[in-house]
Amino acid sequence: MKDFQTPILVVQKLRKQFGVGCDHCRDISPEHLEKNYCPKCGTVYACRDVSFELYEGEILGVVGESGSGKSTMMQCLYFDQEVTAGTVSLRSYKNGKNMFSESAQQKRYIRNNMFGMVYQNPIMGLNMNFSAISNIAEKLIAAGNRNVAAMSSRGEELLDEVNIPLFRIKEPPKNFSGGMQQRVQIAKALSNNPPILLLDEVTTGLDLSVQANVLDLIKKIQRELNISMIVVSHDLAVIRMLADRTVVMLNGNIIESGLTDQILEDPQHPYTQELVYSLL
Amino acid sequence: MGTKYNFAFFDEGSKREIRRATLKAIAIPGYQVPFASREMPIGRGWGTGGLQLTLSLIGEKEILKVIDQGSDESVNAVNIKKLIVSTTGVQTTIDTRKATLIQSRHRIPEIPLNKEQILVLQVPIPEPLRVVEASEHKTKRLHSESDYSGAWLMLFEQIMKYDSVTHGADYPVIVKDRYVMSPSPIPRFDNPKLNNSEALILLGAGREKKIYAVPPYTKVISMAFEDYPFRVENFSGQKCHLCGGQGVYLDEIVDEKTGETYYQCNDTSNCLMRLNGGK
Repeated sequence: MKDFQTPILVVQKLRKQFGVGCDHCRDISPEHLEKNYCPKCGTVYACRDVSFELYEGEILGVVGESGSGKSTMMQCLYFDQEVTAGTVSLRSYKNGKNMFSESAQQKRYIRNNMFGMVYQNPIMGLNMNFSAISNIAEKLIAAGNRNVAAMSSRGEELLDEVNIPLFRIKEPPKNFSGGMQQRVQIAKALSNNPPILLLDEVTTGLDLSVQANVLDLIKKIQRELNISMIVVSHDLAVIRMLADRTVVMLNGNIIESGLTDQILEDPQHPYTQELVYSLL
Repeated sequence: MGTKYNFAFFDEGSKREIRRATLKAIAIPGYQVPFASREMPIGRGWGTGGLQLTLSLIGEKEILKVIDQGSDESVNAVNIKKLIVSTTGVQTTIDTRKATLIQSRHRIPEIPLNKEQILVLQVPIPEPLRVVEASEHKTKRLHSESDYSGAWLMLFEQIMKYDSVTHGADYPVIVKDRYVMSPSPIPRFDNPKLNNSEALILLGAGREKKIYAVPPYTKVISMAFEDYPFRVENFSGQKCHLCGGQGVYLDEIVDEKTGETYYQCNDTSNCLMRLNGGK
């Protein structure tokens, strides 16, 4: 029981600012800021001391309006962007050492072995000119695999898992539909059996039946592989279907967190109330 | 000589700058050292990188050989040789064994080079990661972090598409277990000659303003996956129709009248030597 309660990922006081800040805004108290930026020096505080924990096999939902810092937070966790301050630690990595302070090489190792990322825009996550199977292999190669047979069979297995027909796996993803591209991204993210999957608005922009398809796949992955996930979405229906727990972000802050049902049925913060009641 | 140019065309300051870059390149095998590529009396992309290296290194007692795709007498080789000779007055040769300084476009001579010799290779695109990453800023970073998954991915994609690596020339190598290097468009056949070479090998890219080097006795491995080993071109069963040479790099020539295919040594001076009975 004790083991179960140790979080797999701990994020503490993650801060990401764009700009150097000034004396007026340095303490980032809400009364000195206008939404998430400083009216005096123009510094944007995309994430203001965000802290949360992720447990094994759990899906954590992150909701919030555009510009609330959801994607920035995800990109910081995947080391696409440098954080300004804060720590993140993984239970399975060096006894919970802060990963933000690691070297670029180590960060790459963590990216390739501990995390899988699915971006909203497949162009970010896939190389559109290489074949789908090479895209899967890219992550395996980056993790040090040098065996073609092993990599191509793993690639085929994963692409089959996400319902890409085998006869199309040597085509570049630019020939694929949006939903297919998203599924290739998911297969790529899964290639190294990462303990944590980061999903950034994966179903946004897909039509409803394709959305259901992708959501089904995510559910299946969670059920069968017991991977922990952080799911960012502004679509509450997606969050309701996927997430066990949810945090609500506004202006770079987490304003509310709790069980998904609880947040959707009984929102406490005025913004969350507005968000939930505006659901059609 | 009869020209008003300084010895070897360049002023001494220029030569020193190029030599400094060369020394750095030798000190860091496989690393591309930027240098101030000069305007030359031939167009950039026509061997100016190699030429600048040659001119910065050449002394009066040097014996020069210039090869263009294995041939000593093709236009590019002859013109470069003419320019160097008219500004230095050095002796030239086509005999690989006699040369002390060899400038070559896209071949390493068949006769093994010795430790008294320097081989200068002309390079069009020095960056092995350019195909996968267009930005110089990013490729520099990839090199510094030793992140070569892009280069591996390129090979993997070729294997997926054609079941073999399709680089005919410019097959990427790993120098001294550290830097991935483009060996200039030499055929794959010449890649093994880079490994543990007795001669110093210098590579110059004039248009791209880079110098890099393989110092003598350096480990140079062609990139290959475990289950798809590196292979050179296969000429088994073929021989040169002039000298009967086997185990050398052969050109395939088609007689347009008869449609017949025959093979000929690519390294003309080696072929000539064999025809003259090894002299």
